[in-house]
Amino acid sequence: MTADIGLSHYLTVAAILFTLGIFGIFLNRKNVIVILMSIELILLAVNINMVAFSAYLGDLTGQIFALLILTVAAAEAAIGLAIIVVYNRNRGSIAVDDVSMMKG
Amino acid sequence: MYSAIVFLPLASALIVGLFGRQLGDKASGVLSSVLVGTAAVLSWLAFYQVGFGGETARVAVLPWMSSGDLQAAWSLRIDTLTAVMLVVVNTVSALVHVYSTGYMEEDDGQPRFFAYLSLFTFAMLTLVTADNFVQMFFGWEGVGLASYLLIGFWYHKPSANAAAIKAFVVNRVGDFGFALGIFATFAVFGTVDFDSVFAAAPDQVGKTMPFLGYDLDVMTVICLLLFMGAMGKSAQFLLHTWLPDAMEGPTPVSALIHAATMVTAGVFLVARLSPMFELSDTALTVVTAVGALTAIFAATVGLAQNDIKRVIAYSTCSQLGYMFVALGVGAYAAGIFHLFTHAFFKALLFLGAGSVIHALHHEQDLRNMGGLRRITPITFWMMLIGTLALTGFPYTAGFFSKDMIVEAAYVAQNPASRSAFWLLVAAAFLTSLYSWRLMFMAFFGKPRDAHAAEHAHEAPWVMLAPLVILAIGALAAGFVFYKYFVGYGYADFWRGALFTLPDNQILKEAKNAPAWVVWSPTIAMAAGFLVAWFAYILAPGTPAFVVRAFWPIHAFLYNKWYIDELYDWLFVRPYRWLARQLWKTGDGAIIDGLGPDGVAARVADVTGRLVKAQTGYVYHYAFVMLTGVALIASYFLYVYVRAKGF
Repeated sequence: MTADIGLSHYLTVAAILFTLGIFGIFLNRKNVIVILMSIELILLAVNINMVAFSAYLGDLTGQIFALLILTVAAAEAAIGLAIIVVYNRNRGSIAVDDVSMMKG
Repeated sequence: MYSAIVFLPLASALIVGLFGRQLGDKASGVLSSVLVGTAAVLSWLAFYQVGFGGETARVAVLPWMSSGDLQAAWSLRIDTLTAVMLVVVNTVSALVHVYSTGYMEEDDGQPRFFAYLSLFTFAMLTLVTADNFVQMFFGWEGVGLASYLLIGFWYHKPSANAAAIKAFVVNRVGDFGFALGIFATFAVFGTVDFDSVFAAAPDQVGKTMPFLGYDLDVMTVICLLLFMGAMGKSAQFLLHTWLPDAMEGPTPVSALIHAATMVTAGVFLVARLSPMFELSDTALTVVTAVGALTAIFAATVGLAQNDIKRVIAYSTCSQLGYMFVALGVGAYAAGIFHLFTHAFFKALLFLGAGSVIHALHHEQDLRNMGGLRRITPITFWMMLIGTLALTGFPYTAGFFSKDMIVEAAYVAQNPASRSAFWLLVAAAFLTSLYSWRLMFMAFFGKPRDAHAAEHAHEAPWVMLAPLVILAIGALAAGFVFYKYFVGYGYADFWRGALFTLPDNQILKEAKNAPAWVVWSPTIAMAAGFLVAWFAYILAPGTPAFVVRAFWPIHAFLYNKWYIDELYDWLFVRPYRWLARQLWKTGDGAIIDGLGPDGVAARVADVTGRLVKAQTGYVYHYAFVMLTGVALIASYFLYVYVRAKGF
């Protein structure tokens, strides 16, 4: 049985990663860093989609875009972590349940 | 010169009012005294030129209102009547300015005081020089404003504020009639200019106009409406309630505004409009009746008051009644003559009372005075002269003018004049009684309040000098000017400033009144003196006994015929109830409830619910966002599938 790995497999993996990311956001009640990681996961899922479609369609543009997205994601992660560090210094906690100053 | 007379006080008011703080207290007083004093000297010159030199003038100041048919220019009308008023206003005003530099010495806010005084003088001068109704109304309201400001000069005293508001509101009632009268004049004559109206007035005799649903005589309606304004300003019966309360103001103010000048504006108004009043017998009868009623009413109330200023205030009210009787019976010159002499002796009495109050450190209750004759001898002598003139002691000023009025009332033909005569004689008795009561209680006997008398002192010269000058006027104004005002020089002196119909010969007839009529006020005066002398000097227990024996009458008089209470019950309470309803129900419940407050409350309700959706947890916002993204994606997929097939 030749294991022929096609487009649908990639898409399935990406969908699973995406779903994991979303559940990571909702089910996490503790740590803001976990939310950041979950967002990163969602971005990666999108990237996989990009690369998969790019290979499937024989068009390199998607892969270049994937690299671009990775760069932006890195920058975003850096900013997000910086915010969390500052927040932790000010409030002494980064527990998600404590972050509710926007409550009306 | 005439412009200078009118505008020097305005200059004083502006300079002292705007720069008084920089000038300082002393300089403000001196400056305004000098400016108004100059105006006073010029007034006497003008009086001489106009009254004896035969001059009349119209000084155009500026065109003022021009709106369709309504043309009102501001110009000064200078005739004998104006000249008399100029002399009265500026002389008393200048003396009061000088007096005030002493009286108000320890007061803060002196520049404000002098600015108000000068402003009042200016407004009064525009009133008496008015050449048309609109200008007169301007002066009329100007003196009302100044009166309000000066009554409430000590604004930290609630009673002074209340009195100021009362004076203003009661005057509004009269001014309402006055304004209606001006409107009616304009509607009938199509102009507000005095000369044009006077020229056209005789044509309106006997014509009628619709008023309040009735067809009434034109001249009667107009005159009575205008007279309503005069009643308010001159504190006549039913509209007099503000005058006694106005004594809350500083005493020089009472002397200037509430004795000598402003309150006589009503008398001046009727005299100025004599060409109109002369045409309506009904209006003249009403004027006579109101005057006589006021004269006797105020005299009775004056008997029972204990505040030295209130006694004099009621006396003023009563004397104004005399003047209106004179006007009502057609003896306009006699009314103005009494106005002229009254200004001297009443200002003298008020300033004397101010000197007494000053001496006793703001004690105003007669019951705490006594024995001041030795402590303040000059004030005593001046007050004595004022009292003699007021009561009509032979050959003092009041003797000539008051007797003239009484005799005119006797010979007059209108329906109210005979009863007016008897009321005036009775009032002369009461005048003498309350005046001597005041003198005996304040200056004779032993000091009732040893503490107050101990610190009492005679006033400084700056206060006594005006008293002396006024005293000269109170003694001499009568026999010096008698023959010009009402005697044989009448025609040459007035030269048409006061209009009388050809058959109105009342001043000549009055000279032929029976001897008992001529002597009646003097006898009444003597009787009043004797009663007062008996009750307060010979048998000092009498007043207390009389009060006990006739306590309902005393209570009735002491409470001023319960007119304040009546007004309170009749107008103030219902009005307050209505205002409260409008405030609580109309404004509070309906307008605010449905308007701003209601809308705001509904917005708050809605946002209150919206706010609950804001939990503040990051994952809730993320969830909402993702759900939204999912819904939008689903929608576009659905649309795509519908269009293109799966």
